[in-house]
Amino acid sequence: MNFEASTDLRERANIRMSGLGGQGLVTAATLLGMAAVSEGRFSTVVPFFGAEKRLAPTESYVRIASERIHECGEVTYPDVIVVFHADVIVEDKCFTMPFYSGFRKGGWLVINSETPVVSDRDLARLEALEAHIVYVPAAQIARDVAGTELASNMAILGALAGATGVATLAGLEAALAQRFGAEKFIASGTTAVLDDVLRRKYSRTKELIDKNMASIRTAFDMTKSPER
Amino acid sequence: MPDIGVEIPARTVVTAEHMLFDAPREQRYLIGNEAVAEAVKRANVDFVVVYPITPQSEVSHLCGDLWARGLIRDYYRGEDELHVMVSAMGAATGGVRVFTATSGPGTMRAMEAISCWPGYRLPLVCAFMGRGVGTPANIQPDSVEIAYLLETGMIIFHVENPQDFFDMTIAAYAIAEQPEVHVPVAVFADGFFVTHSREVVELPPESEVLARYDPAVAPVPAMDMETVPVRMARDCLVIKSNFISYNANASWQQEVWAAQHRARKHINRLMGGSVEVLHPDAEILLVASGSAAAQARVAMQEARRQGLDVGFVKIKVIRPFPEREVVEACKKAKHILIPEFNMNGWLAREVKSRVDNNSRIFAGPRVFAGMTMPPELILDEMHKLVGART
Repeated sequence: MNFEASTDLRERANIRMSGLGGQGLVTAATLLGMAAVSEGRFSTVVPFFGAEKRLAPTESYVRIASERIHECGEVTYPDVIVVFHADVIVEDKCFTMPFYSGFRKGGWLVINSETPVVSDRDLARLEALEAHIVYVPAAQIARDVAGTELASNMAILGALAGATGVATLAGLEAALAQRFGAEKFIASGTTAVLDDVLRRKYSRTKELIDKNMASIRTAFDMTKSPER
Repeated sequence: MPDIGVEIPARTVVTAEHMLFDAPREQRYLIGNEAVAEAVKRANVDFVVVYPITPQSEVSHLCGDLWARGLIRDYYRGEDELHVMVSAMGAATGGVRVFTATSGPGTMRAMEAISCWPGYRLPLVCAFMGRGVGTPANIQPDSVEIAYLLETGMIIFHVENPQDFFDMTIAAYAIAEQPEVHVPVAVFADGFFVTHSREVVELPPESEVLARYDPAVAPVPAMDMETVPVRMARDCLVIKSNFISYNANASWQQEVWAAQHRARKHINRLMGGSVEVLHPDAEILLVASGSAAAQARVAMQEARRQGLDVGFVKIKVIRPFPEREVVEACKKAKHILIPEFNMNGWLAREVKSRVDNNSRIFAGPRVFAGMTMPPELILDEMHKLVGART
């Protein structure tokens, strides 16, 4: 089945995020969903992993819409694919194979890499699909702006929002404040530990939020299309 | 209650009706596991015993967190699921309100204990977070687990999304504890698709709780130091080999299923009925439960946009099976599709065995072992069916 991508990604977006365990992909997906909800839209987020471990293939699916979303499970026909690590496509470290199956015509492909990594064969397929390809040097941005590669996921999120318009900077800032500002129990041992690592890295919550937001903003401005 | 220096918030006792229908609701962005923990928090649960297992682990952690805050009266992690389900049985027999949860292989391991709950007339609530079982081992979502629970005598709800998970868990306690019902309720949520799906869930205030469980109105006496097991053993019915004890056991079994039947009016009152029906006069009907119902709902919406005459039946309650409602809903349909997230098609068998002219039923599509069933697949099957038969 071949489908056209959503023409207005703020009205409806099906997003597949593919990466490796430990990159903060599930957190990034949750923040994106929270941003959409804070902007008054609807969003569902579904993480997908096996027996979780570092560097194992991980996916997360974000649906955003202007009306209530009933659909659950994996996004089979994405409008947007986000590649958190080049190995996902270079080394096929992903459970969704062939990787671009279901990718809608005219969709967006956001890749975390400083250099182009899509093979010529895939490039031909993506050209036929009229895909928009965006590269973001997320680790570099995170190092430069936040002083730690731990903020790479934020830069990827910023690039995704900048290129596609699925979320605004204000929405992402609200999501960050809600996630890291509020003293709430987070229902995942792994996520809680990672949050603690980040908190230790920055002594103050405000600094944590500001630095993460700076990563988001830098990548957002880098990928933002001129017409928006 | 443990003295942990935590201020226990004062809470107001409300009825289940108030909590489900009248209380103001606050929007929260939660995964299914968090939604069911919010229900446990408001259900005034006395005792939680759990053993963590993917995809249920988060609710195990969260119930421990509730205990640490003094919001449930006792909590511990069992050695394994058989221990957990036997402990849950012991606590419920002692006359307290119990919550537990497990998943897939945990359910299989504990089946000996689980199958005893209804016969002992224990009104405990267990959340089953469905994942594949055996054939071969699987960590991913699958609803085949329900097939193993169908004949246990438990009431079974199948939730569509995290909101259902909250609401149906609250309703589960109110229904299970009716003196004329008093059997356990399984609240079944498909693993990951519901347990890990994050969406907006509307919650009543956490300052409001259900009244505490009252064992004095139970149809069987609680076992405690006044009513010790030796004076009131509920399983003495099978010990003697004579007609009276066979007959007693048989009538207790019948009484479990009669109790399920008596639960129907409470299900109607607290859950708006056992089924949800949209466009009942349609030519094509999608009949589904759990997260397959979510996918079917989307497929119906898209099919109607394309001009197909499609209706939808969500079966919320698997036991007691809503026979009358399903037969009525299926009366007019020319084609009935039953999408399921398992290989075996247990829901199709349930429906087929009750609906007349069941050659109208296409027992599918079925997707299993963790794969997602896109609504587009259901749509495709509808087009094929209509194209081939008309």
